[in-house]
Amino acid sequence: MAVLQERLKLPAPAIRPAQGQWRDLLSRLWSSAGARIGLVILVCFVFLALLAPVLLPYNPATDSNLAQRLLPPSTLHPLGTDDLGRDELRRLVYGARISLRIGLVAVLIGASLGTTLGLITGYWGKVKVFGLTLDAIIMRFIDIMLAFPGILLAIAIVAVLGPGLNKTMVVIGFLSTPGYARVMRSMVLSVSTRDYVLAGRTLGASDRRLMLRHILPNCLSPLIVQATLGVADAILAAAGLGFLGLGAVPPTPEWGTMISDSAKYLTTAPYLIFFPGLAVMLTVLAFNLLGDGLRDVLDPQLRSR
Amino acid sequence: MSTFIIRRIVGLIPVLFGVSLVVFLLLRLTPGDPATVMLGERATPESVARLRLEMGLDRPLWQQYLDFLGRTVHGDLGRSIINNDRISDELGARFPATAELVFFAMIWGLLIGIPAGIISALRRNSIFDVASMMVSLLGVSIPIFWLGLMMIYLFAVWLRWLPPSGQISLEIPFQRVTNYYLVDSLLAGNWAAFKSVAQHLLLPSLVLSTVTMPILARLTRSTMLEVLHQDYVRTARAKGLAQRVVIARHALRNALLPIVTVVGLQIGGLLGGAILTETIFAWPGMGLWMYQAILQRDYPIVQAGVMVAALIFVAVNLLVDLSYSLLDPRISRT
Repeated sequence: MAVLQERLKLPAPAIRPAQGQWRDLLSRLWSSAGARIGLVILVCFVFLALLAPVLLPYNPATDSNLAQRLLPPSTLHPLGTDDLGRDELRRLVYGARISLRIGLVAVLIGASLGTTLGLITGYWGKVKVFGLTLDAIIMRFIDIMLAFPGILLAIAIVAVLGPGLNKTMVVIGFLSTPGYARVMRSMVLSVSTRDYVLAGRTLGASDRRLMLRHILPNCLSPLIVQATLGVADAILAAAGLGFLGLGAVPPTPEWGTMISDSAKYLTTAPYLIFFPGLAVMLTVLAFNLLGDGLRDVLDPQLRSR
Repeated sequence: MSTFIIRRIVGLIPVLFGVSLVVFLLLRLTPGDPATVMLGERATPESVARLRLEMGLDRPLWQQYLDFLGRTVHGDLGRSIINNDRISDELGARFPATAELVFFAMIWGLLIGIPAGIISALRRNSIFDVASMMVSLLGVSIPIFWLGLMMIYLFAVWLRWLPPSGQISLEIPFQRVTNYYLVDSLLAGNWAAFKSVAQHLLLPSLVLSTVTMPILARLTRSTMLEVLHQDYVRTARAKGLAQRVVIARHALRNALLPIVTVVGLQIGGLLGGAILTETIFAWPGMGLWMYQAILQRDYPIVQAGVMVAALIFVAVNLLVDLSYSLLDPRISRT
């Protein structure tokens, strides 16, 4: 029996790519021009973000220098200086740290909450609670969250809570939960009917084991794609909130906040607005390209969507 | 058909309750006492107590919610904290501007996005296809507030082709009737005003349309690619029908369902994007109003704005669901 159990358990762990499969995945990803561009941009930004303190040492307290305010680009200040005399390039580079962190933290929050909800509603959906199925209850909650348009609810919540980077990340992450829950739920519903899950169940595997070892690993592909595209959405949303004055609090060099601080100099110093926006766009583009590439590689059925 | 409509509307009831509950609880999210937060830290205890009483904060939460629900159903969205104006009155003046903006943004999205998607699908891997998909990807990656500022710099500051902000030139005499400026100027035959309004509307609506245009283009392309491989399209071609007829009557008609669904969902993105676009272009709609309310901590206005936007979004998606049966007669029978 134990031997049989060992054998029947095999398919689930085997799906998880081993060392060679990761390499294979990366090489297939690399063969798509879009994903390649995305990866290169991303590596550049990650590199800049990690090495910022080494490349451009910076002390926020002594950074402003009113004698050097609003200088045009020069060799000393390649992107000019802002209205407090701070070097725009340096703030831009430090901004990469913030935006990448926002994207990753927001997605971690949204994806972990959403995956858990999706797993529960997909697996225990038919269980009745107070006369309603669990599926009906959870999906109704998700419908309610999805009834609020775009980033409007995020804006309103952060507006009431008061500005702050951490609040922005948590709210954006929390509000992205429905997307992951829906993807996960539909994947669980289809994967649960597979033979290997049935086999595991027949052999007396616990619900937890079935969910975490047999079902979850086989639902990961669309989740990875969703999460990659989710980073792009989160960075974009956080920049929007920052622009409205709801994200990072000064003097944090967040890109959206930098744009809004410089908006009044649009006619005199447009470069102060151009470069932070370009940075947002490139980062978001990189994650979008990577997400599309991953979808093509991981999810052949959805190819070309 | 009618049971489908009834079932769909009944299904909305819990959602509407949930939406109202979330909007109601929004104000309770304030760290500390909402009345103190709204009045600021320097408020006197008396004025805080008065506001608490006015807002009914002294009563149990469920009673406050029922009150809120009752008032909202009667169209009473509360009053502004700053000037005590009725929010519903101001909303009536503000909503048309946002409606015009969102409507035209959607029109540009449809007029440009769908044909681009169709052509891309028909000429797959052509230069046009590659270029339009690249532009689409850039479009979904651009922060619209940044694009708006760049467009203002290009077309208003540098080229001076279009006005940078506002809804109409102030020196043009103009009689407001419905507050839909395009409609008002058109009905009055006031061509100078109509031209000015159209010029002011062009840039913000184009900028806002980048929220929806790339998504429509990508979706149209992928659905058309799927549909074009179907047997009925091959049959239509084999019958010797013209390419135009095959595309319009056989392929597009069947690709329309997912497109219409996404159009409904995109209204949400447009309403959310409107707050950024209106802020950039000083477009006097609901979004700018909400932004100003956020700056002044006039939370009842933020609350009302979110509520109205959610209701519009839900209503549009209901209409979308109902339109399925018109687009695809098979649906009403199931």
